[in-house]
Amino acid sequence: MTAAIPSTALVDSDATAKGRTGRLGRMDQRAGIARARLARPWTSLLAVVLAILWTIPTFGLLLTSFRPRSEIRTSGWWTFLQNPETTLDNYTEVLFGSGTQFSTFFVNSVVITIPAVVIPISLALLAAYAFAWIDFKGRNILFVAVFALQVVPIQVTLIPLLTQYVQWGLSGSFWTIWLSHSIFALPLAIFLLHNFMKDIPKSLVEAARVDGAGHVTIFFRVLLPLLTPAIASFAIFQFLWVWNDLLVALTFAGGSPDVAPLTVRVAELAGTRGAQWHVLSAGAFIAMIVPLVVFLMLQRFFVRGLLAGSVKG
Amino acid sequence: MDWLINAGSTGHKFVLMFVAIMLFVVVMGAILLAVDRPKRVPGWVVAAAFLGPTVIGLGFGLVYPGLRTVWGSLLDSKGKDYVGLENYVRVFSEDQFQTVLRNTLMWVILVPLLATLIGLVYAVLVDRTRFEYLAKTLIFLPMAISMVGAGIIWKFVYEFRPDQPGVNQIGILNQLLVWLGLPPQQFLLSEPANTLFLIAVMIWIQTGFAMTVLSAAIKAIPDDIVEAARLDGLHGTKMFRFITVPSIRPALVVVVTTIAMGTLKVFDIVRTMTGGNFGTSVVANEFYVQSFRIRDLGLGAALAVILFVLVIPLVIYNVRQLRIAEEIR
Amino acid sequence: MNSMGRRRSRATAVSAAGVLLLVGACGSNDEGSAEETAAAIDCAQFEQYGDLEGKTVSVYTSIVDPEAEEQRASYKPFEDCTGAEIEYEGSREFEAQLPVRLTAGNPPDIAYIPQPGFLKSLVEDFPDAVTPAGEAVVANANEFYTPEWVEYGTVDGTLYATPLGANVKSFVWYSPSAFEGAGYEVPTTWDELMDLSQQIVDDGAIPWCAGIESGEATGWPATDWVEDVVLRTAGADVYDQWVNHEIPFNDPQIVTALGAVGDILKNPEYVNGGLGGVTSIATSAWNESANGIPDGTCWLHRAANFYQANWDEGLEVAEDGDVYAFYLPGKSASDKPLLGGGEFVTAFSDRPEVQAFHAYLSSPEWANAKASVTGQGWFSANSGLDSSLLQSPIDQLSYELLTDPSYTFRFDGSDQMPGAVGAGTFWTEMTAWVASDKSDQDVLTAIEASWPSS
Repeated sequence: MTAAIPSTALVDSDATAKGRTGRLGRMDQRAGIARARLARPWTSLLAVVLAILWTIPTFGLLLTSFRPRSEIRTSGWWTFLQNPETTLDNYTEVLFGSGTQFSTFFVNSVVITIPAVVIPISLALLAAYAFAWIDFKGRNILFVAVFALQVVPIQVTLIPLLTQYVQWGLSGSFWTIWLSHSIFALPLAIFLLHNFMKDIPKSLVEAARVDGAGHVTIFFRVLLPLLTPAIASFAIFQFLWVWNDLLVALTFAGGSPDVAPLTVRVAELAGTRGAQWHVLSAGAFIAMIVPLVVFLMLQRFFVRGLLAGSVKG
Repeated sequence: MDWLINAGSTGHKFVLMFVAIMLFVVVMGAILLAVDRPKRVPGWVVAAAFLGPTVIGLGFGLVYPGLRTVWGSLLDSKGKDYVGLENYVRVFSEDQFQTVLRNTLMWVILVPLLATLIGLVYAVLVDRTRFEYLAKTLIFLPMAISMVGAGIIWKFVYEFRPDQPGVNQIGILNQLLVWLGLPPQQFLLSEPANTLFLIAVMIWIQTGFAMTVLSAAIKAIPDDIVEAARLDGLHGTKMFRFITVPSIRPALVVVVTTIAMGTLKVFDIVRTMTGGNFGTSVVANEFYVQSFRIRDLGLGAALAVILFVLVIPLVIYNVRQLRIAEEIR
Repeated sequence: MNSMGRRRSRATAVSAAGVLLLVGACGSNDEGSAEETAAAIDCAQFEQYGDLEGKTVSVYTSIVDPEAEEQRASYKPFEDCTGAEIEYEGSREFEAQLPVRLTAGNPPDIAYIPQPGFLKSLVEDFPDAVTPAGEAVVANANEFYTPEWVEYGTVDGTLYATPLGANVKSFVWYSPSAFEGAGYEVPTTWDELMDLSQQIVDDGAIPWCAGIESGEATGWPATDWVEDVVLRTAGADVYDQWVNHEIPFNDPQIVTALGAVGDILKNPEYVNGGLGGVTSIATSAWNESANGIPDGTCWLHRAANFYQANWDEGLEVAEDGDVYAFYLPGKSASDKPLLGGGEFVTAFSDRPEVQAFHAYLSSPEWANAKASVTGQGWFSANSGLDSSLLQSPIDQLSYELLTDPSYTFRFDGSDQMPGAVGAGTFWTEMTAWVASDKSDQDVLTAIEASWPSS
């Protein structure tokens, strides 16, 4: 009760500040509720504690990556303030320490990742649509089978797939990685997207059907726009898995500098005979910059997409 | 042909990438155009067009290797002679395997539940607050790190140094203990707590996934429902229990299932942090060790098949959920 | 820069494959750059390999940067003089990935196999893929390597692989300056070593530091300990029988040896300087565990010559420097067993350029080229190696011991055992031996039980 009054004031001033004069939308009312909720000290405290807990290990890594090698192993990163010695050596070693330019690995990672995200999502969307909206015999059994395939560990597929790629003369090319990642992503992608897909009100689809639209038209005109947030959220995860993958790239493309992604380079950094904190920390940080940027971009996108209220019936 | 396979320069690589995507779009577009006749095309033809590429890909890339593995689990260590169920007998008669199985169960129960719970609570807490973007990004951060990278980070967190003059703690957790006046611990050594410390790493990673998906689901709860509940006087935890959770039930099931599936397969964390020693091994790690390091192909395949079997309860549960959802619709 | 340029010229060559004119033009380009270096390298000795212009040899190894850089540099004379190109690929997943590639029919041309046991199982599992060494390679092997080293690369009487690098594991790292300050002497017998340890304890310090944590390979440094001590307490003959499983793994003599290891590693007074108690050995990273020596929290650390790569930059590795190593002494001053290891060059193709490169790698020319581009942490068992080219004193010492006939050399035992033991239970049981104080007898019996029957 006590928190409610100031929070309403807050919403008002906020709305004015954003120039949204006029009616106070439902949106803002809900924002008001949220603020009232967070205004309670213990809930905000809990949120802050969780955020800190989740951030500390990464933050420690970030600080570590700027510390000289001997410091890293003799004192904790939290002593940084007492002894603020920094170096860029670790980053120099990661970026320029190899015979191959770092940018080459970076380009390879990008070239690998984009098709390996676009292709499985498109395929999975079609499949998820079929499972949700097309009636055919054996639909449920097939869906369960696809779903259960999630559990096949990638490792058991390496030898059969590589054998096939070698026979096709594709081994060591981007095609093998694109194809493999696409296949491996499908079960989970179909499972997730199907779930979003069947939440879409039946009335929308049926209205379109009455108008004489075929499945393809319904898929592109009616469903796809509604699924933007779901697609965006799955895209970010698929992006991360491909970007962080080492095994698939190593097996199918080999470590040749023409195709090897960033992860191969970072794995090499660990050295022939053991882990070295100083370069590993820098390498890990460089590798996670791109996924973070992508997340920030996509997050904005899918949150806004949902707030637009298009899904609500 | 060679031009399509080997790309040396940056420009060439990007062109190739573009070609690949265009090729895909053109082929799929052609298939879809062919079936999109408003005049009745038989349902199975449309389904085949939508599902065909997926089914072929999965058959080639997952089903066939999976079946080969099942067959391989009945062969000897070189993958040559048929030995029946010998590999399974070996797996279940070895003492250490009891530990491995127990650990796997701990992982597959604790990780999905805790990651989902924390992700859900957090998503609700920061929903529509001013710092939502920042708050979500912080929790999401671990998702951006590879499993191996996460293993390395946490090894650093758990790092142990003795309480001895001239020696500083370099792991934050032990430093906290020392600050509290407690002796530092070797977190990764003592059974069975060490498995919990490894599980914490997986929860740390997966919470971001749970939070992202659940947050999207929460935002999709129709406003009228929320408003009506609020008019009925529902607030705080009651709103959470009676409105939020039931509304996003399907998403919860998806998240728990997905994380559970992912957890069953995870071996990098165990491999990086303890190498499966000190009684921390899980089935996925044993599978990797047997198949790729010790090269006992039969035993490795048998362990993979056990992974397949472990997923059956999850499949059944999801089939049930599917049925319920169908009925509602 | 150079490697970039070369790759670009290959990209051109590839896209114009079949157009002889263009390939020719490319070749002359390469020769232009070759001439500059040819002034320093005498190409005459490479004439035996013929003209390999436009040919490539792929090499797959477990050696990654920074060592990989030195490997690539050492191939330069061969590439410049013969015109062949070496495509190098190093991966830490090498041992898991090589069998995958062989099974799939996608072998590299050449691989460096780090364990003779692994070579043996590859020959058994992929008899068609592993290629017996050619004439020139066999000739080099017999001329420049001792029969033992040739034997490690031989399976069932056929030579498949030749040694690449070598290492010596029977070393104890210490700080010469600290020893001088405390008045300690380098021990020359096992008893003196134990006396020294006790002396250090009496002076109020913890003598030994040890760490066997190595990710998925955790435990391997402990197996080296056991092997070194078996050589000392039971002798080389028993060691050979033990490695070849002619006596059981838990033979009483091995139990004795493990007990002797335990006298150090499981003695809470002796370990684990700066790192904790006995159990901390299991969780201390092997490549960080000796840092207590320069830090002053421990005095002795048993590790191979290649441990030198793990010291902080700025520490002087020399007989009178900050850190150095002494030979892990035998029972008496005249009993001198020496434990070591190495990698082996194996070919999976008999194309002339592959055989030529294999021959080059087994020649003293390569060994010397490698020595002159390597700062530290490498030497070879090649008798044609000019040891003055070795740039680190510890590598020179290693080479000296290895070629000194008064030392009895034995190859790392776990590397020769079947994978289920040598890369399996031997590691995990030794880890349990330290971590959960599993008894000597139980550990050895468990390993014996895991020895594959066939």
